Amino acid sequence: MEISEKEFLAPGHRACAGCGATIGVRLALKVLGENTVAVSATGCLEVITTPYPETAWEIPWMHVAFENAAAVASGVEAALKSQGKTDTTVVVFGGDGGTADIGLQALSGAMERGHNLIYICYDNEAYMNTGIQRSGATPFGASTTTSPHGKESFGEDRPKKNMPMIMAAHGVPYVATASISYPEDFMKKVKKAAEVEGPAYIHLQQPCTTGWGYNPAKTIELGRLAVETGSWILYEIEEGEFKVTYRPIQRKLVNEYLNAQKRFKHLTDQEKEMIQSHVDAICIELKI
Amino acid sequence: MVLKVMSANQAIAEAVKLANPNVIPVYPITPQTTISEYLAKFVADGDIGAEYIRVESEHSAISACLGASGTGVRVFTATSSQGLALMHEIIFAAAGLRAPIVMADANRALSAPLSIWNDQQDSISERDAGWMQTYAENGQEALDSILISYRVSEDNKVLLPSMVCIDGFILTHTVDPVDVPKKEDVDKYLPPYKPDHAYLDPKRPMSIGTFTDPNYYMEARHDMELALEGAKEVIAKANAEFAEIFGRKYDFVEKYRSEDADTILVAMGSICSTIKDVVDELRERGEKVGLVRVRVFRPFPTEEIYEAIKGASKVGVLDKNISFSIGGVLHNEIKAKMDVDAYGFIVGLGGRDIKPSHIKEIIEKTKNPTQHTQWIGLNKEEL
Amino acid sequence: MVSIGAAVKEPGSTRQNKTGSWRTFKPILDKETCIKCENCIMFCPEGCINKDYDIDYDYCKGCGICAEECPVKAIKMERE
Repeated sequence: MEISEKEFLAPGHRACAGCGATIGVRLALKVLGENTVAVSATGCLEVITTPYPETAWEIPWMHVAFENAAAVASGVEAALKSQGKTDTTVVVFGGDGGTADIGLQALSGAMERGHNLIYICYDNEAYMNTGIQRSGATPFGASTTTSPHGKESFGEDRPKKNMPMIMAAHGVPYVATASISYPEDFMKKVKKAAEVEGPAYIHLQQPCTTGWGYNPAKTIELGRLAVETGSWILYEIEEGEFKVTYRPIQRKLVNEYLNAQKRFKHLTDQEKEMIQSHVDAICIELKI
Repeated sequence: MVLKVMSANQAIAEAVKLANPNVIPVYPITPQTTISEYLAKFVADGDIGAEYIRVESEHSAISACLGASGTGVRVFTATSSQGLALMHEIIFAAAGLRAPIVMADANRALSAPLSIWNDQQDSISERDAGWMQTYAENGQEALDSILISYRVSEDNKVLLPSMVCIDGFILTHTVDPVDVPKKEDVDKYLPPYKPDHAYLDPKRPMSIGTFTDPNYYMEARHDMELALEGAKEVIAKANAEFAEIFGRKYDFVEKYRSEDADTILVAMGSICSTIKDVVDELRERGEKVGLVRVRVFRPFPTEEIYEAIKGASKVGVLDKNISFSIGGVLHNEIKAKMDVDAYGFIVGLGGRDIKPSHIKEIIEKTKNPTQHTQWIGLNKEEL
Repeated sequence: MVSIGAAVKEPGSTRQNKTGSWRTFKPILDKETCIKCENCIMFCPEGCINKDYDIDYDYCKGCGICAEECPVKAIKMERE
């Protein structure tokens, strides 16, 4: 697979030291190359990369609002098509908030209409740009500022919204989950997404040092633990065919993943066991 | 010139066909829906070579317009009332990003209570956004205003979006004789859209929609103020050229028998046709009454309105909208910008019919004013 | 002066902002030990390690991911 040596996201941006989102974008753009237009939803990525009068983007880029990235991208895709630029790739970067919550309608519409674009959700599992509030993608048990643990609460009490499956139900020809800690797997998926005629959706888990509470050097390690414990599963759905793309040789216990992050520190052993059994149920079914 | 009988909705669709946008995202809403339907048929028959996006909400309609316009092509959409209100956030963004989007708004009352009938609250409520606004009196003017709006919006000195407002049901669902201009003439009038300020092209990467801190935001907004004020000159020129090519002359205001009038009514949109009839009737009886119809509401044509009404001893302003506890918007903006003896009348909300008898009542109440603002045609006892 | 619509026509202009001033710890890469696995290049959030394994200290924020992910511990984080 040919990947560009060029960096399409310039340094100097305002990301936290150890940010996972910028790693994901860099890798994706290395695959997509310079004949690409990116659209961002409001969020960490957008704010850190475009403080006027600077921009980190080396490709054309547009941002309008929080909930409409997919709608804006639909317009961009249609405009490029009308200009005969059908070989220009349109990629949308939305955070978990801007995708699973406020952006869900626009995304659903764009996917249903079948626009030729790639939607990459960079999922750090909360509204990080505004300071770590809970989103529909926040996992069960996580402490965020709007789902804090306290005397009466153990934190987030709802399971993570299953965005990839929602996308698959739309009949999106290529849906995949990915992790920045498994770059070859991610980049292969970006390539497949680019080659698909029509929409493609990649849900990229991206550890967040500030929001999850760990030493920034461990960003990649955290992503690895998520996958190795079965807390995050790497799979793809091509034309409705489901396939796990990575199976850990020996699945680790979730505690190793949970204990490494401040946002889960408050959980009791019983609560952690609950999480372990949820993970077990899914992994056993998928033979992970 | 062949006149065809058609609704203002169809006239607008014909204008859009002539303007030939690249991307048309639309979402249906009464009473604009037939605009989207005519356009869909044109696209299906290959009469317009546009990408027609059947978006899933008005918010997405205007967002897709902005994405396409940002890419660098001409776009169009249409909406009304609730749809326009849903677009509100992006209406402001479109003006701020200086995208020359042209949109038709079929004026309809805002919920609640829910109403599908006409008043002008919807577009009036977007007046702060930085969009240009034109209020058409009939189908012909609606068609022509779409073409003029593209011309003005896309001008490098302006680069602000426009909305052309037509009264819902009154204009959208009644028919008028309309002259549909020839394509060759429109091509002479409207050059293709070739932006330079912002567009998405991998050959020249730009970032559109950046994030400004307090050091930059206010200047960006001031630039918009300058652009909107400067648009007046561009509008005047565009109107003059339109008259040359198509033979119809438009201005910021239309003066109807107002030059020597003692009492002048000011209003916008289709109600002016009724007012003109009443003016004619009263003039027969020797009464010196007249009408000043405001066509262009944004940029607000202070000088033109003042010049037209300053000769009257009393002015009555009709508003098909209400800014609660303040009164009608047109009335209050006139009072704010010029020194005239003007009284406000709230009319026609939610499609309440405005009869010639109401106009006569308004003229009498203008001549003998008792209040700053009065509601006309209420089914209630006199308050 | 602000550009029309605050659009930025200079791609990559964040390069004016030297985020190297953020760091407390500085990665030192030993090219002798390095096995050229490209992990550090892939995983740097700033993309400031080039294909010759030179670290651009103008931008390095000292996050330590490169040192953490180096399979042969060729990168050491030193207090600056």
